[in-house]
Amino acid sequence: MNQTENIPDIFKKVESRNLMLEIVELRKSFGNNHVLNGFNLELYEGENLVIMGKSGSGKSVMIKCLVGLMEVDSGSIKVMGRDITKLSRVELDEIRTEIGFLFQGNALYDSMTVRENLEFPLRRHKKKFGDITDTTALVMEALESVGLAHTINLMPSELSGGMKKRIALARALILKPKIILYDEPTSGLDPITSKEIIELMRRVQKQYKTSSLIITHDVDCARVVSERMILLVDGTNYAEGTFAELASSEEEQVKAFFK
Amino acid sequence: MIDLYWPVMQESKSSFKSFFIEVGELTYFSGRFFKEVFTKPFEFKELLRQCYSIGNRSVLLVGVTGFIIGLVLTLQTRPTLQEFGAESWMPSMVGISIIREIGPVIIALTFAGRIASGIGAELGSMKVTEQIDAMEVSGTNPFKFLVVTRILAATLMLPILVIFGDAIALFGSYLIENSKGSVSFVLYFNKVFSTLEFSDLIPAVIKTYFFGFAIGLVGCYKGYTCEKGTVGVGQAANSAVVYASMLLFILDFIAVFVTDIFIEL
Repeated sequence: MNQTENIPDIFKKVESRNLMLEIVELRKSFGNNHVLNGFNLELYEGENLVIMGKSGSGKSVMIKCLVGLMEVDSGSIKVMGRDITKLSRVELDEIRTEIGFLFQGNALYDSMTVRENLEFPLRRHKKKFGDITDTTALVMEALESVGLAHTINLMPSELSGGMKKRIALARALILKPKIILYDEPTSGLDPITSKEIIELMRRVQKQYKTSSLIITHDVDCARVVSERMILLVDGTNYAEGTFAELASSEEEQVKAFFK
Repeated sequence: MIDLYWPVMQESKSSFKSFFIEVGELTYFSGRFFKEVFTKPFEFKELLRQCYSIGNRSVLLVGVTGFIIGLVLTLQTRPTLQEFGAESWMPSMVGISIIREIGPVIIALTFAGRIASGIGAELGSMKVTEQIDAMEVSGTNPFKFLVVTRILAATLMLPILVIFGDAIALFGSYLIENSKGSVSFVLYFNKVFSTLEFSDLIPAVIKTYFFGFAIGLVGCYKGYTCEKGTVGVGQAANSAVVYASMLLFILDFIAVFVTDIFIEL
């Protein structure tokens, strides 16, 4: 196991790439409940970084702070060099086009069809694609990348759990973001569907060349997708390393995650 | 003695406190609406969709309610007027009652039951399933897209529905009058309109805009600030109707009071 301050040689290759995301000393409290206590993170171009932690350790709060859904108490969050804690709403929306977010519960708009769900992010950000008027090609491309082009006119209620997850991923990809945030991508799915989603995540990363930040409890998911992992305990970085390094750790708190 | 009443006093104090907190938050929420409604981008397409949805969802209910109001009011009043030989006053009396007060208030209450609960449940469920967060992340202002459009649609649609409901109520009243006293359609409606003045109609229509605004506002506020998962969604829908109905009566009192002052001037 490697503590955060001792960056191992294995990451030197990773660090030679561009820094996409940098969180420094992030703190967030709700009353007396200190959820994040100086959390740090660096995500490099094309990297898959997995964050693991117990329920209530601050993973979801951290990811919501990262896209500006929650205000931070202190610390900085830099997305491609721009500190989002200091941006105006318009500037934040601009940065958000570079971040895809796969919500834990998918968050598909249940009053809209699959097509409308995918078109929704394009409403404000068509300029990214030269102010196009017909969005069908973009929608079809995103749907084909998750293998669900035939569901374009269906409602979310007509889809299975795995299909909803894939549609949610297609929606996260529609703006061709440089970073994708996955919040528990395999939760609530059966083992076979989980494997399909994990495989899809890998495929999507290759196709779109994205950097991925994955929050998960699923050890199998972490094993397959992670290049690097951070264990989050009590709102701070407890341990950092590759999957193999952390899995072979002798420390009790770390071992508990891999049992 | 004090020991006996102490817990009750504490509970009342806490209820008072939460009531004023709620009023403060609702005021802030309506302030945010007025700030957002005049700033770009405008969601015209969604506004039209909401107008159609809110109007279309309520039209049958309003029609049936209006029709029954007309029937019941006429059936209940007729025997009393008959006693004094004043059946010929029936169209005027029913017309003024429905246009001025009964129509707007009862139709607004029906509308509140249907729309405030619907909006509360819809936005509440969007909130707990992170759909509102997803909208925010995709660069759309969810307050503008979901809240502003719904409040505006409720404000614009209720007056139209009230006028429609009033017309149906008068028609229901005419059917009873026609069956009991053989009054013709033209005579009945001539009698109604000869008694009505603009001072009856205009304040009644103006107050329905405020009713619609209050219903939309409370429904959106309860849904948008919903917490505690699926239980919270039920509570949001329920309390949206209760608060909206209560607010309607307060607004109605204010409207009648203000109209009275203007008439006296």
